[in-house]
Amino acid sequence: MPDRAGPRRPARARRPPRAAAAAPAGPAGGRAPAPPRLGVRKTYKLFIGGAFPRSESGRSYPVTGADGTLLAHAARASRKDARDAVTAARAAFAAWSGATAYNRGQVLYRVAELLDGRAAQFTETSVRNEGLSAAEADRAVAAAIDRWVWYAGWPDKIAQVAGAANPVAGPYFNFSVPEPAGVVAVVAPAGSGLLGLVSVLAPVIASGNTAVVVASEAYPLAAVTLAEVLATSDVPAGVVNVLTGLAAELAPVLAGHMDVNAIDLTGVGVSGRGELERLAAGNVKRVFAADEDWAAPPGPRRMLAFTEIKTVWHPVGI
Amino acid sequence: MTWDYAPAPESRAVVTIAGEYGLFVDGEFGPAADGRQFPTVNPATEETLAQVALAGQADVDRAVAAARAAHQDAWGPMPGAERAKYLYRIARVLQERAREFAVLESLDNGKPVRESRDVDVPLAAAHFFYYAGWADKLEYAGLGPAPRPLGVAGQVIPWNFPLLMAAWKLAPALAAGNTCVLKPAETTPLTALLLAEVCQQADLPPGVVNVLTGAGDTGAALVSHPGVDKVAFTGSTDVGKEISRALAGTGRRLTLELGGKGANIVFDDAPADQAVEGIVNGIFFNQGHVCCAGSRLLVQESVADTVVDRLKERLATLRLGDPLDKNTDIGAINSREQLDKISALSAAGDAEGAERWSPPCPLPARGFWFPPTVFTGVSQSYRIAREEIFGPVLSVLTFRTPEEAVTKANNTPYGLSAGVWTEKGSRILWMAQRLRAGVIWANTYNRFDPASPFGGYRESGFGREGGRHGLAAYLDA
Repeated sequence: MPDRAGPRRPARARRPPRAAAAAPAGPAGGRAPAPPRLGVRKTYKLFIGGAFPRSESGRSYPVTGADGTLLAHAARASRKDARDAVTAARAAFAAWSGATAYNRGQVLYRVAELLDGRAAQFTETSVRNEGLSAAEADRAVAAAIDRWVWYAGWPDKIAQVAGAANPVAGPYFNFSVPEPAGVVAVVAPAGSGLLGLVSVLAPVIASGNTAVVVASEAYPLAAVTLAEVLATSDVPAGVVNVLTGLAAELAPVLAGHMDVNAIDLTGVGVSGRGELERLAAGNVKRVFAADEDWAAPPGPRRMLAFTEIKTVWHPVGI
Repeated sequence: MTWDYAPAPESRAVVTIAGEYGLFVDGEFGPAADGRQFPTVNPATEETLAQVALAGQADVDRAVAAARAAHQDAWGPMPGAERAKYLYRIARVLQERAREFAVLESLDNGKPVRESRDVDVPLAAAHFFYYAGWADKLEYAGLGPAPRPLGVAGQVIPWNFPLLMAAWKLAPALAAGNTCVLKPAETTPLTALLLAEVCQQADLPPGVVNVLTGAGDTGAALVSHPGVDKVAFTGSTDVGKEISRALAGTGRRLTLELGGKGANIVFDDAPADQAVEGIVNGIFFNQGHVCCAGSRLLVQESVADTVVDRLKERLATLRLGDPLDKNTDIGAINSREQLDKISALSAAGDAEGAERWSPPCPLPARGFWFPPTVFTGVSQSYRIAREEIFGPVLSVLTFRTPEEAVTKANNTPYGLSAGVWTEKGSRILWMAQRLRAGVIWANTYNRFDPASPFGGYRESGFGREGGRHGLAAYLDA
């Protein structure tokens, strides 16, 4: 079990006194009982181009549990970190979008396998960070893993559902296929650390895009753990880049970035979307935002929002 | 100086073959009700590999009942997302045990291990993978908003791709929510039984997949069983017609993937070396035991001599022999019965006046073998131009114009596949529009993919396997 809680967690904080009370005799009474083992805490860092750097700015911000206890100091990504993440995503795009759909499906399914192995850790994180009950957290984590499996089945089907052979009135074979838009920036839902994140990230990469994700500001721990899963899966470096920090700081950078092809503003409040959409117009980004019940089964619209339809004409004749 | 290949045998030790195999019914292996068995042999050596249970009527009744119960109690009500995860598990175990399956397939079937390793087994796993992904997406398959499974599927498969055909049958049926009773071919039961073990390892609920080994009578009892809602058959056109007659009037659903006499059409502008490779792959892949084989070469008259000469040069380099040798190109004919059929049809080619050619090719003393064979001077009326030989025998005909190529290619009761070789894209599509066949390969041949629908026109059967369209055979929409 990774990342046992730190000493600020109430249950753990109470332990040393109990242990001391249980050893009244001290050295004079013979062997002292071993002190309780101290947990080794994890540093929550960014995930850019397959590596885990701290923010180049050196900044961090406190992440607290539902009861206000400090859980971690997450990296507070800067404009420069966001730009680095876009560069990494762009570099990864050719190979990821050029891989066969079957291969991408296999790679994504492998991620689901690894997520399943980390289920207990994600559940614990949800309980601590989001204040979910254990049962709620279990359900959300199971739904997140199953959603990843659902999306893993799509890469070799999306063209069969969204593509077409078009019966044009002439001696031409004409067909249309969906292709990935490119680098997609995603502002993950603020209120759901893992399920919300998976629900917006998986469709972006299933359809062949590469992603720069801004994790939930309040619940970023699951996103960093997901990054660790991705780093040890077969997903190539740079396909997914995870930024933690302040969405209000990062979203405008990504929305205005000229090498980002599309942006998902689902995690931005409705009132904040207008300004970001204006920034996104600078290079005609595709903008998508949809507030959803993350527990409900999704449709293919999130994948299709980040695809371009390409139509090919070819003459028919001797 | 001659260069020869050193032997490169794949280890047989990766797979353990039991002395006896039972039927797989309701999640357990067991003997046939009447205890009958039959041998399965290695066609390359005539060695008996194992004794296999011979399923009779009582076993068919029991398997269909188990499939019915599993459909009603477990598989039918299960959410698609859960069915998907079972199928993904099966796909993964197939990948993990791939080498074992490849060696077993080559031992039981006689095909070169290079093909079982690189084609049959990975494609079988890919089929489970692909259809696993459909199990929870059926409403997006374009068949209707709420497609429903049919119930119990009775599936009878041939000996030419034993594991792959099992995957083609089981994966879409299970993804759609049906339960299955699968009858592998009499001469190649072993990989289907190993697949049954994989189903156990995946914790597939008992009765969802049942495997009944046996011969023609077993298959006949299965397809005519009143408890079967859907029949899927891959095999000869003659048996397909019998099954159609047996099901007539019952209202039960049927798909058939039958024989073929594929035309591989080479135009004068085709890149000759690529075309020759395609011709070889088209008819000598899997010893020509391929329903979509390019068994009729239609070559434009102006380049006929060149293409045939180069083809003969290439055939002289093919290596026939031990299927477990990784350098082997042509393995054993699957059975004595099939060898006799190939020999008889080839003799008919001689008698009707075609010119037979084979490269110098010593055949092993034991086992069932037939050298790669080319007949030139073939007329459309010859039996070797009309009947499916299902062996490494190519009939060469010529044409002058695209129209003539189309007419000759379509001059068959079959319609499974065709190949077109030309540098001109517009001509490929012009030909593809006019060829009456379910699969057209352009500047390639014998390509298969789980995402790509496969199946025939006319007497090559009906229904498609693979792709989104492959789901339609197993859904009521």
